[in-house]
Amino acid sequence: MIHLKLFASLRELTGTEEEGLELPGHVETLAQLRELLRSRDSRWSEALDPQRAIRGAINQRMAQESDPVRDGDEVAFFPPVTGG
Amino acid sequence: MSNPVNHQIERVRIQTQAFDVGVELRALRQTEDGRWDTRVGAVATFVGTVRDLNEGDAVRTLTLEHYPGMTESSIKEIIDQANQRWPLFQARVIHRIGELQPADEIVWVGVTSAHREAALEACAFIMDFLKSKAPFWKKESVPQGDRWVAAREKDEKALKRW
Repeated sequence: MIHLKLFASLRELTGTEEEGLELPGHVETLAQLRELLRSRDSRWSEALDPQRAIRGAINQRMAQESDPVRDGDEVAFFPPVTGG
Repeated sequence: MSNPVNHQIERVRIQTQAFDVGVELRALRQTEDGRWDTRVGAVATFVGTVRDLNEGDAVRTLTLEHYPGMTESSIKEIIDQANQRWPLFQARVIHRIGELQPADEIVWVGVTSAHREAALEACAFIMDFLKSKAPFWKKESVPQGDRWVAAREKDEKALKRW
């Protein structure tokens, strides 16, 4: 099980702030997780569209698409940051 | 790191309530026991405030969201990097979240050092990296409705000078 979190516009588009998710065996990277989530429905597909600039974090550290996702991880997706 | 930084006082504060730049400036220049840190010869601060106009539209409110935990740790990491690059005595960041109005203070960065180059550069460095790396998101309320503020390419480019 991973702990999925979504922020800002991605949270609004998917209607999901956080959820626990069982990882299927074939999902091993951040990119694969993103595709799995996109296959849910049109809202998820749009929110996590590869055309959009989206950042991913694993265990609260910025991550790359090819980074491994493991059971127990906290995985977050969010748009580019706009603080300050 | 030749200059030990005072870790007793929280270096990074994320809060909904307003802060007083005068109080923060004084605290930044003092040691834990409330005396002036007389090693300090340069104090640089930056204050970011809410503008009443963005992309040509009047801004009524600005609402800030963050990623609790990751936001704090990412800013601490930026401060650690600044401490490695410049000889600093103190480096602190305060960032507000929640709903803000035009003229409200959003962010405060304060840095002390013996000399101005280190203080000024470290302050700019921390702010540049905070803009592009710390997970905060702004939503603004304009006459047409609410909208998320888009990230600016120039903020990412600003990192290249470091």
